[in-house]
Amino acid sequence: MANAATRSPETTRAGLVTAYRKLIVRRTAIVAGLAALCVVALVLDMVTGSSGLGWTAVLQALFDPGLMAANDVFIVRELRLPHALMALLVGAALSLAGTEMQTLLDNPLSSPFTLGVSSAASFGAALAIVLGITLPGIGQDWMVSINAFVFAFGSLLLLQLLTRLRDAGTGTVILFGIALVFAFNALVTFIQSISSQTELQQLVFWTMGSLSRGTWPHVGILALILCLVVPFSLYAASSLTALRLGEDRARSLGVNVTRLRFASLLRVSLLAATSVAFVGIIGFVGLVGPHIARMLVGEDHRFLLPASVLSGAALMSLASALSKALVPGVVLPVGIVTSLVGVPLFLFLIFRRPGRV
Amino acid sequence: MDALAIRELSTGYRRRPVIESLTLPDLPAGAVHALLGPNAAGKSTLLRALAGLLPAHGSIMLAGEELVHMPLAERARRVTYMPQTLPGGVALTVLETVIGALRAAHAEAAPGSTGDAVGRAVETLAQVGIEHLAMEGLARLSGGQRQLVSLAQALVRRPRLLLLDEPISALDLKYQQQVMQLVQRLAREQGMTVLVVLHDLQIAAQWSDRVVVLAQGRLAACGEPAEALTPELLAEVYHVDARIEHCSHGRVQVMVDGLASSDGVASI
Repeated sequence: MANAATRSPETTRAGLVTAYRKLIVRRTAIVAGLAALCVVALVLDMVTGSSGLGWTAVLQALFDPGLMAANDVFIVRELRLPHALMALLVGAALSLAGTEMQTLLDNPLSSPFTLGVSSAASFGAALAIVLGITLPGIGQDWMVSINAFVFAFGSLLLLQLLTRLRDAGTGTVILFGIALVFAFNALVTFIQSISSQTELQQLVFWTMGSLSRGTWPHVGILALILCLVVPFSLYAASSLTALRLGEDRARSLGVNVTRLRFASLLRVSLLAATSVAFVGIIGFVGLVGPHIARMLVGEDHRFLLPASVLSGAALMSLASALSKALVPGVVLPVGIVTSLVGVPLFLFLIFRRPGRV
Repeated sequence: MDALAIRELSTGYRRRPVIESLTLPDLPAGAVHALLGPNAAGKSTLLRALAGLLPAHGSIMLAGEELVHMPLAERARRVTYMPQTLPGGVALTVLETVIGALRAAHAEAAPGSTGDAVGRAVETLAQVGIEHLAMEGLARLSGGQRQLVSLAQALVRRPRLLLLDEPISALDLKYQQQVMQLVQRLAREQGMTVLVVLHDLQIAAQWSDRVVVLAQGRLAACGEPAEALTPELLAEVYHVDARIEHCSHGRVQVMVDGLASSDGVASI
């Protein structure tokens, strides 16, 4: 029934099956390319730093540390490597959380922090830093991180509860989230108003976000959480794709949207709360990582989710390397650099591929 | 007989019941049933309740199986619902959108491999007449083209009960005829029960085996178009003066002369 004049060989049925297979191969290749970019970014991040250790020194410290100065080995193994891995993991976690959030809320401006996670985490950190309030049995080292996690995760659970009680749609969820942002911001401001100069400085530094807080236990925990969450995300990929076409349509295809939303928000909560607890607030990557992935592979979530994980990881890792290289001897807050790296890349992709799937 | 039987069905929205205790004559399989009625008569609500998207009380029997308490995923294997709109701002190709319907419903297991799912999706696009759009992004399509994609998404799953909510509202004359012809043919060939919401009485009279007319959530009429569509019914339900005539081909023609004499612009 199509106009015969507009037909090309590709529009024959066999041609279409072949074209679809090519599309799948192209998207798989893009995901593989992003994985390779992550490796390159990790290497760059590892060989960049104020101590001037180049790639040969880094390799030696990693694989044959016997002949090196203990200080250099320490720098590579205990500072650069965990920080570089933390950059990859935080970028992956925030970008994955951002993609799921944007799909769930049907809103391209959503990020893991849209619903007040960062504000809640800041409040938790403020309680620990200024008032010394935390859960019983938590040591000094973990106090701020645990508090930030508890409040970030708790805020999203509260949101889930409100949403379920009210049987709310996406618009109401966002409004609840905005209400939480204002409530927690007000509480943080209150605590700031009664804090000392030193405490205030500590709190402001915490909210800036820094990979230098990443230690091996943090890397292990975040890696474990990603390993737990990613398979569930991938399992839900087809349902998430269906949800992009509308809630009614997804439900009529047999998708249990209520359960999908609950499970997805739980994953987002875990990823965002853990990241923010360990490195503070790094906002931009959770918004832009998903968009870069979407522009590269479209919205079939079987490809979009892994592409988001990898694009976020690569973006964060490159930003981490740049944060050490831009001003010699100074490590800039990585959140600033994610924006500096992400915005030009983002604009380049928008102008290069307008509306293309 | 594989009929759709609706008995004492009540459904609606939170604190706003729309349909109460609706009972319809059995709607047989292999036929197209046009669901007619004025705005807010409960047509889309009925369709959404049949699809399991709204809570319902009463009985919906399809080929002897009760649908009301059936889990959504089970029901989705038997019933397909095509909503009025398909969002345009989604970065998926037409072919991916149709294949996605099979994947989300876990129905791709039925035809076999992924390759079969692709083949089935391509075949459905050809049936609907949009195979030339297969590799286009949804964002580049017109409203009418998106409506055809939406139809293909519904048809690809080969349901027993096909629910179409205004499937031709954005289509030109050619595609209106083409879609209704396709739906009628598939109903006959595959033994589907088709319930389609329409506003165009002419199309309903031309292509449906039976019309079901709702007004304020209640059944106003049900039967073959030539019998059910009467000037009295149209005056009562739509508040218009209309004549029912037969053309030289013997088909029912609905001629609307204007608003019913007892009805004015002020009452719209």
